[in-house]
This record gives sequence, C-alpha cells and structure tokens, in this order.
Amino acid sequence: MTEVTMVVNGKSVTKSVKGNTLMSEFLREELRLTGTHVGCDTSQCGACVVHVNGEAVKSCTMFAAEANGSEVKTIEGMENPDGSLGVIQQAFQDHHGLQCGFCTPGMVMSAAALLKDNPKPTEAEIRDYLEGNICRCTGYHNIVKAIMAASGQDVTSIAAE
Amino acid sequence: MYSFDVENPETVADAVAALGQDEAQALGGGQTLIPTLKQRLAAPSVLVSLSGIAEIKGVSADGGAVVIGGGTTHGTVANEAGAYGALAALAGNIGDPAVRNRGTIGGSLANNDPSACYPAAALGSGATISTNTRSIAADDYFQGMFETALDEGEIITSVSFPIPEAANYQKFEQPASRFALVGVFVAKYADGVRVAVTGASEEGVFRWSEAEAALSSNFSAEALNGLSVSADGMISDLHGSGAYRAHLIGVLTKRAVAAAS
Repeated sequence: MTEVTMVVNGKSVTKSVKGNTLMSEFLREELRLTGTHVGCDTSQCGACVVHVNGEAVKSCTMFAAEANGSEVKTIEGMENPDGSLGVIQQAFQDHHGLQCGFCTPGMVMSAAALLKDNPKPTEAEIRDYLEGNICRCTGYHNIVKAIMAASGQDVTSIAAE
Repeated sequence: MYSFDVENPETVADAVAALGQDEAQALGGGQTLIPTLKQRLAAPSVLVSLSGIAEIKGVSADGGAVVIGGGTTHGTVANEAGAYGALAALAGNIGDPAVRNRGTIGGSLANNDPSACYPAAALGSGATISTNTRSIAADDYFQGMFETALDEGEIITSVSFPIPEAANYQKFEQPASRFALVGVFVAKYADGVRVAVTGASEEGVFRWSEAEAALSSNFSAEALNGLSVSADGMISDLHGSGAYRAHLIGVLTKRAVAAAS
C-alpha cells in the first residue's frame, strides 16, 4: 500500500492505495466520484478522461499512485461554483450533445482540454481532437456542435443531422 | 492485474537503485505497459515510475540536434520540437491526445514495438540514445521485435536527433489501433539520405538501404522507380499480407520524399 495525496476538484484527499489501483478505480470506488465512466478499460473509448495537472489523460491507464502530488479534475469539477452547469456542460444540454450519455463525461473533459489550448477550434480540429473519445450511439454531430457553441462560435451554419 | 507496488523516485539515481530490486520494472507513461499488466502478461513485483523525474523531461535544441529527455511525453515533443518539424509531426500523430499526454519517447523506444512510430524516427535520423550508463547509436540499438540493446535496469535518459535538411514521416494507419500498418521515415542529411521502415518487418524497424542509395544520388520520388522490397520476412496478419506491406513501403517512401521539407 502507498499513501497518496492529491487535490481532486479543489479538495485535498489522502488515501492509502494498492500499487495496482487504477486512477479510474480510485476516483470511482475510493472517492465515489462515479461521474468518470469506464467504458472499455483498454484506453480506447475515452469515457474515463480526467485532467491531471491540467492535461487530459485516460484514467483507466494510469495508476493512482502515479498521481501523488497532482491536481485532478473530473466531470464533477466542471460545474460552476453555484452548482449550475459549466459552459461546456450547458452547451451539451442545449445542443443535445448526448444520447445515452455514457461517453459524455469523457467528451466534456476532452472538450475542455481542447478549448484550453485552442479557444476557437474549427469543426475539423474538434473531430480530430476527439479521436480518442468514442460515442457508441454515434452521436458525434451534436457533440461537435456543442463544443463549437461552447467556444462562442455560431453553429447555425452547421448542417442539421 | 497481479499485485505489485509502485515507487515514485525523483532522480535517475534513485530510479536505478529501485530497479535493482527483484522483479522490478520501469514504468514510463504506461500506455503500453498498463494494458499489458491488465492482461496479466507481465508480473513485476515493483513498478518504478519514471514520470516524476524532472531531469529526464524536456526538449532542447543543441548544435544542430534536437535533444529530448527520455521521460518527455509525445504531446510535449509535438509542441516543442519545432526545430525538427518532421519529428514533432510524428509525435503529434501517435495515439490520441490523452495518450500523448502520458506516453513517453523513452518508453516507446525501450519497448520497441514493431509498429511504433518513434523507432522509425530514431533509426531514420541516426539518433543517439543515451542511458544512465552510456550512449548507443540507433543503428546498434534496435535488435529485433521488442528487442533492444538496453540492459536490465538501464534507463533512457535522452535521445539526440541530428536535424536534417529535409525529412518526412508517412504513416499508413491500421484504422482500429492507429498504430502504423506501415510507416516510413525519410531524412536527408548532407552526407546522405536515411530511410527507416516500421510496422512491416518481423524483425522490427529497419533501414531500406537500396532506397537510401538511390535517394542519396537523386532526392526525388522518381529515383525510387523500379525499386521494391521483398515480401519475405514481412508481417502478415488479418490487417494486411506481407506482400501488401512490402508494396506499401515503396508507396509511402515516395510520398515521404515528395512531402519532405
């Protein structure tokens, strides 16, 4: 067992973890932050994407012990301080950027990482950036639209599905 | 996964000491090793994480070469190795953004997957791979599929890539895994052209010497007309036959020469 301390969504946590505890497992089962989803557990689908020190990572392919001392943000940390939906979350709701919703946490976290580096991405840049996030409902169109809207761009010109 | 401990050393010296333990294994970004552990294909007693070692991270340009710390992520190389554009572009096309934020150049080269991108860049550039004990020329480093010149417990601390006059990497992606079905790295230096091929051979990354000779006297796609690679020893699987891969080598080499800048 290793003791780890990290700041998760602004709150410091210290826990004892086994070496083989995945970050996704730690978040969901130790911290009960079940917004982070595990779809494939093989690093393909991206439902488990969280931010570690500001960078998007697949939490199913990182050990909790490696995150010692880091700052972590999950989907639960994306809301506004008053508890209302954050800008990206709201855009997903407004533009129906989800069908079954399983991939949504990862999509939102990847979108946030993209917009941090590229505040006004083109549709092609968004689709390229999301190559590691799979939506099994194939609902990509409105996800892309929601991300464009969240970046303050006009989405009326994007063809309806 | 089997059970193991994870250690987080902060210096190369501490990591080397930790790797001296029985059944210890180095953990780079984990983007290959963690899936391997999940399948119970490896059973280390201790994983020594290299991701907290600041001294092996970063990109610098130094006397005509780009030097990349062994613990540098693909994402950082893509953003910061602009002095060697073809290398930065290659790094920016590995996996997906989240994978590139964890996976490291040292991890990729130490694993030497026969379909990985970095081995083509290192061999195609005549890079020098430095470890905690020595420096190894790329020509001596790659020794077959998943085999390298590294000894037990040796850590890649940096990789030095001489900057070429022109270079390009062409990757024909296997669409599900996004690994290279075949990838060809072409680099033109004052003393000749190097052509390195990944994804194709059962022996892992290799240099296509016939193409190198032709391109060294005439650096144009036409110089490759009539040259071909034998299908013998090429990987043959459900994604492509050996003959298909051999054919792709010629096609991708021409494309790389045409696109080289």
